[in-house]
Amino acid sequence: MDLGLDEQQEMLRNFARDFLEKECPEQLVRQMEEDEKGYSPDLWRKMAEQGWMGLIIPEQYGGAGMRITDLAVLLEEFGRFLVPGPFIPTVVLGAYPIMLAGSEEQKQRFLPRVAAGELIMTMALTEPSAKWDADGVQMEARQEGNEWVLNGTKLFVQDAHVTDYMVVAARTGKGASPEEGITLFLVDSRSPGIKFELLRTIASDKQCEVTFENVRVPGENVLGEVGKGWPVVHRTKLLAAVAACSYLVGLAQQDFDITLNYAKERVQFGRPIGSFQAIQHKLADAVIDVDGCRFITYKAAWSLQENEPDAELMVSMAKAWCSEASRRVVAHGQQIHGGIGFTKDYKIQLYFRRQKWMELMWGDADYHRELVAQKLAI
Amino acid sequence: MDFRLSPEEEAFRQEVRSWLREHLPRDWEEQVSEGESWEFTRQFARKLAARGWVVPHWPREYGGLGLSLWQQLVFREEMAYHRAPLGYIAIGADWAGPTIIVYGTEEQKREHLPRIARAEVMWCQGFSEPNAGSDLANLQTRAVRDGDDYVVNGQKIWTSGAHRADWMILLARTDPDAPKHKGISYFLVDMKTPGITVQPLIDMMDNHSFNQVFFENVRVPARNLLGEENRGWYMATTTLNFERSSIGGAAAARRLLEDLVGYVRDASLPGARPLDDPRVRYQLGEAAVELEIGRLLSYRVVSLQARGLVPSHEASVAKLYNTEMGLRLARRGLAVLGLYGQLRPRSPWARLRGRFERQYLWMTGMVVGGGTSEIQRNLIAIRGLGLPRD
Repeated sequence: MDLGLDEQQEMLRNFARDFLEKECPEQLVRQMEEDEKGYSPDLWRKMAEQGWMGLIIPEQYGGAGMRITDLAVLLEEFGRFLVPGPFIPTVVLGAYPIMLAGSEEQKQRFLPRVAAGELIMTMALTEPSAKWDADGVQMEARQEGNEWVLNGTKLFVQDAHVTDYMVVAARTGKGASPEEGITLFLVDSRSPGIKFELLRTIASDKQCEVTFENVRVPGENVLGEVGKGWPVVHRTKLLAAVAACSYLVGLAQQDFDITLNYAKERVQFGRPIGSFQAIQHKLADAVIDVDGCRFITYKAAWSLQENEPDAELMVSMAKAWCSEASRRVVAHGQQIHGGIGFTKDYKIQLYFRRQKWMELMWGDADYHRELVAQKLAI
Repeated sequence: MDFRLSPEEEAFRQEVRSWLREHLPRDWEEQVSEGESWEFTRQFARKLAARGWVVPHWPREYGGLGLSLWQQLVFREEMAYHRAPLGYIAIGADWAGPTIIVYGTEEQKREHLPRIARAEVMWCQGFSEPNAGSDLANLQTRAVRDGDDYVVNGQKIWTSGAHRADWMILLARTDPDAPKHKGISYFLVDMKTPGITVQPLIDMMDNHSFNQVFFENVRVPARNLLGEENRGWYMATTTLNFERSSIGGAAAARRLLEDLVGYVRDASLPGARPLDDPRVRYQLGEAAVELEIGRLLSYRVVSLQARGLVPSHEASVAKLYNTEMGLRLARRGLAVLGLYGQLRPRSPWARLRGRFERQYLWMTGMVVGGGTSEIQRNLIAIRGLGLPRD
């Protein structure tokens, strides 16, 4: 047993940290908040050159064939630098379900282009009901000849407006349970009948309302089997939750580091405020919260990667913990910074707002705590 | 990154488990009356000794088994999970012995280590005083050199097991003029020495575990000084190369949570099944998540040690988190049990044998003992984060 990074992961982390420090400065993060696309094509291309989009894509499809724990290590650095753009949507919500359920032809068609940074993807799952469970998927797809016709509204779809393709979950039939009768479609984002409307969010990230009006999708673009899409969504949600946790680990760590530094430098009453126990004890508690986030996330990532029997339990534990622990960390960060933390010019608010976003994505603490209880006792 | 124990470590876990199944009846706390429990504990220590498991973490040359750090963790985890009574051996095996191994003379090692390893003697720890709690270095008990002896006068408190112990590790002031950390020495004291009085200090659980110990002109032979004079503080706070993960708390809590899960699933209870109450599921879910965090924070300490690093504030993190988590678990359990939660063990209506009532009181002590939560936070802030003292 070893809870730390292995040598290769250390290299990946150190490289990513140096790279992002240079290529993703605070100024870019702020620009992208105002930018309609929400990402820098230049940075996107450079990240692709590092092989990051293909990190977990098998080598035979142009990827690096690395593993989920490696992705977690990389995403931790993304959280540290608040990297804007559709990386998680493309890799986790787009490529991963294709890796899980795609036909050979689909894999050949999509994965190498994702790995090369040529294809931006996302998953259109949630709807105005704002539910993560299968009964939240109400959008209909009906078959017409060799095509499928999609009608309905998807909401909270990350970065949909800049994607080339979306994995869309729609209902193609009614089964005994809500999990049955859901089909996944690989939908060209420029198909006629699709409209994107950007949502204004707390994190100034780019989530969209996506409306489908008689959108026609060729039969060959069904991902996996008709009516059996939910298990793929489910598995993707697990990785997405791990990705969100990883991002939160880096975000919380960086918020903490900035705050610790501030506590050492800010002088009031003739001494650094970090010399007061009222501040010290908040920071000590934040250490525990950050450490807890990191190790439960590593364990969840590892369990998923190794297909451990309790992988789902670990993922839910991780998301339940990280959602709230990271919130406690950034709340301490704001409080310790005092007034300056509330200003737009100072950087700490960037972390505070994004924490809430990732807290909510892929199930908040209440949602996952309930899953933990169910897995434990029912 | 690898969360799996090696096959050898897993095999060792199985070995410890089957041994415990054989030597510790699952419901021993039911069978053994309060009056018999001390003798039971002593007998259990003898059985452990026969297996080499009083001091499995010690090097082989001193009678230990030289277990790896992960094996030590597994061992402690299993003992705590199975509620093995280890009170008889703890101070000797984990405090007195390791300190003697590092600082003791050959004579001291020969005299004490084998007897600790065989569970023939029991030790207590004379550190805290009425005015030296969190500020332990403020201790005032004096030891004055007089010929071949030191003459000790003063008072200790919170001395667990002093009424049973054969020997004590004692911190006493030998240089009152030096700065407070630099005038303390470490002694090995025979509890039968004239002038020592032990007075019970009953805790709020009605247990007699603590004592006050009074020293009145107690003559301690100079050969029972451990290490150098006036270096006692540093010896007592030295990092010893044994597992320091506080894993026991997490393992004991895991067992309790399992008990609680069994309870809420019990369909034979009168009224609605607790599990159907969303508030109950909230408590269970939260307890399980916190428990996993506690376990990982403990494992992290060992993981660092296994990489050859010396944990500092990470051990404080594990102690702080696991004790507070254990207290929250107790509160969650009591919330789930409702009115029944207040019933003590051996009450005919008690549920889960009154364990949560016990845990609630016990953990309220544990977030204080061994360095309060506030002291741990200070250590994390100052040692771990490099924050200024003033």
